[in-house]
This record gives sequence, C-alpha cells and structure tokens, in this order.
Amino acid sequence: MNYKAKIYVTLKKSILDPQGRTVEKSLHHAGFSSVRNVRVGKFIELELSGERAEVVGQLEAMTRDILSNPIMESVRFELEELVLSGE
Amino acid sequence: MKTTVIQFPGSNCDMDAFHVVSHVLGQPSSLIWHAETALPPTDLVILPGGFSYGDHLRSGAIAARSPVMLEVKKHAERGGLVLGICNGFQVLTESGLLEGALLRNDNLHFLCKDVNLKVENNHTAFSNAYQKGQILRIPIAHGEGNFYADPETLARLEGEGQVVFRYVGTVQDAEGNPNGSMNDIAGIVNARGNVLGLMPHPERASEAILGSSDGLGVFESLLSTLANSALVK
Repeated sequence: MNYKAKIYVTLKKSILDPQGRTVEKSLHHAGFSSVRNVRVGKFIELELSGERAEVVGQLEAMTRDILSNPIMESVRFELEELVLSGE
Repeated sequence: MKTTVIQFPGSNCDMDAFHVVSHVLGQPSSLIWHAETALPPTDLVILPGGFSYGDHLRSGAIAARSPVMLEVKKHAERGGLVLGICNGFQVLTESGLLEGALLRNDNLHFLCKDVNLKVENNHTAFSNAYQKGQILRIPIAHGEGNFYADPETLARLEGEGQVVFRYVGTVQDAEGNPNGSMNDIAGIVNARGNVLGLMPHPERASEAILGSSDGLGVFESLLSTLANSALVK
C-alpha cells in the first residue's frame, strides 16, 4: 500500500516561540485583535509504501530521530492511503 | 597537534580554522570532506562554522547525520578532542555529542558583532591557557545560538563545571547575553571533557592584526593539553 504522510513540527509548548509572538503582534496590528497563542512550525509531507504497521513504525522513527529534535520540538503525523489512478 | 577540519557543503569558516592551526600555530592540519568514511590520524577534530546544508530542516541537523560524523563520534568515544565552533556547536548538539539545543535567537536577528565572554572554567583541555574569570572579546555570527536545555540538564551542566564560556556585560557593552541563551551560556564541554562547542568564533580572533587575539587561547590550550599528555605517556 502507498501512503502519504503529513508531518507537523512545532516548538515545544514550554519553549517561547519568538516568531509566533512577532506574527501575533502583526495580526493584532492588522485588526485581528482576538488572536492569541500563535505558534509557527514546519509542515513536511512525504510518500512511502509498505504494510501500515511497518509504515507507522518507520514514521515514528524518522520523526523522532531526524525530522524533529525532541529536545526542543514536538512532532505528530497523519497518514492517508494513496489511491493511484487506474486502480 | 594533528588537526582535521571537516568541510560540509556550506561550511564557511573551515579555512579560518585551518589557517589558525596551520599558520598561526604551525601545527600539521588537514581538511577533509564530509563524505569521507575515515579520519586521518588526528588529535583534534574541528567542526567549523558556516551554514552546512543551508541550515535545512534545522541548523546542523543534516551535517550531524553525514558519513564522516560516525568517525567523529568514534574519535570522541576514544577520548579524542573535538571542537565545534558556531555551526559546529549546532552539529554537536544535533549529533548528541553535546547536550541541549540551539534555538533561534530570541530577538530573531542574525547577529554579527563582538561580544564579551567570561571564562567560567579554565580547567578544561580547551580553556587552560586562560585565567578563571578572564574576559575575552570575540566575535559572534549566528541566527540560532540561543542555548536551551531542560532544567535537569542545565543544573547538571552548571553543577559539573561544564559551562566553559558565558556571555557577560561590561561597562563598555552592558548588553551581555545577545541571543537569549539560558544562563548566558556561550560554550559547554561534555562530561568527559574532550568535546567542546561554542557559538563565538575564536578562530576569527586569533591574530592581533584582525582586532583581537583573545581566541587564540582556545587553540593554545589544546596544544599544551596534548603536549602534557604526551609527557605523561
């Protein structure tokens, strides 16, 4: 089976996000006064194939060991099946 | 002091480090490409400053996983000396050779200027040429030098004397900490004492003609450490 993974990386809640704070101020200046708790992160998508359990295991390993730094970042992913045209 | 400077794609202080070791100190040194799978016989490995792999993903993250780093880890495990400067410090934290992480500067600015550094611990292989409490004037040039560690790690680094260099304000430059680093930390050493990372650039302050030779002490410390260990053997 072929899968697409959507991976979300953000700074840990316990770490101040100066970029998010700056974006929040800008949104306030633009009149979006109710905006709060802006966090800026990274979005990674990739495709991979295999049995679902194996794919989940690989994603857990790569998100923990390479795609995020667990000292400073939180990471989660979503997995969707890819249906190739013609199948 | 046989020295190996590692070159990653995007390293830009490799030649500066090579120059200081080979021309200012007159020691044998070589440059090797990150794709190498063996190190030449070496006492000291330098991971230089720059923007390895364009800082993609996280600064130092891709370089930390390049082939030569397996050899650098083996060198460190054997007790070999490793010095990571700026991006090299980021590579060391990303590779797990040093604890903590280097976050984006809290003011979001890329900072390129001279700072004051206090020598907190002069009983390391990298700082024994200095006096404890000595203030050094050395440049920084980074966007991600904001040292972070969880409270337990931070307490251990402080308690074990692993904080070697700290940003400090003076009468001339009251600012001190430029980037939000926890406890004003600018450089740390590992528990064993053979791996040091620092954000400031001692290799850019090793000749008076360049404005400061305060950084040369790092390299002189290493030289005398190796000379003394040779005597013991």
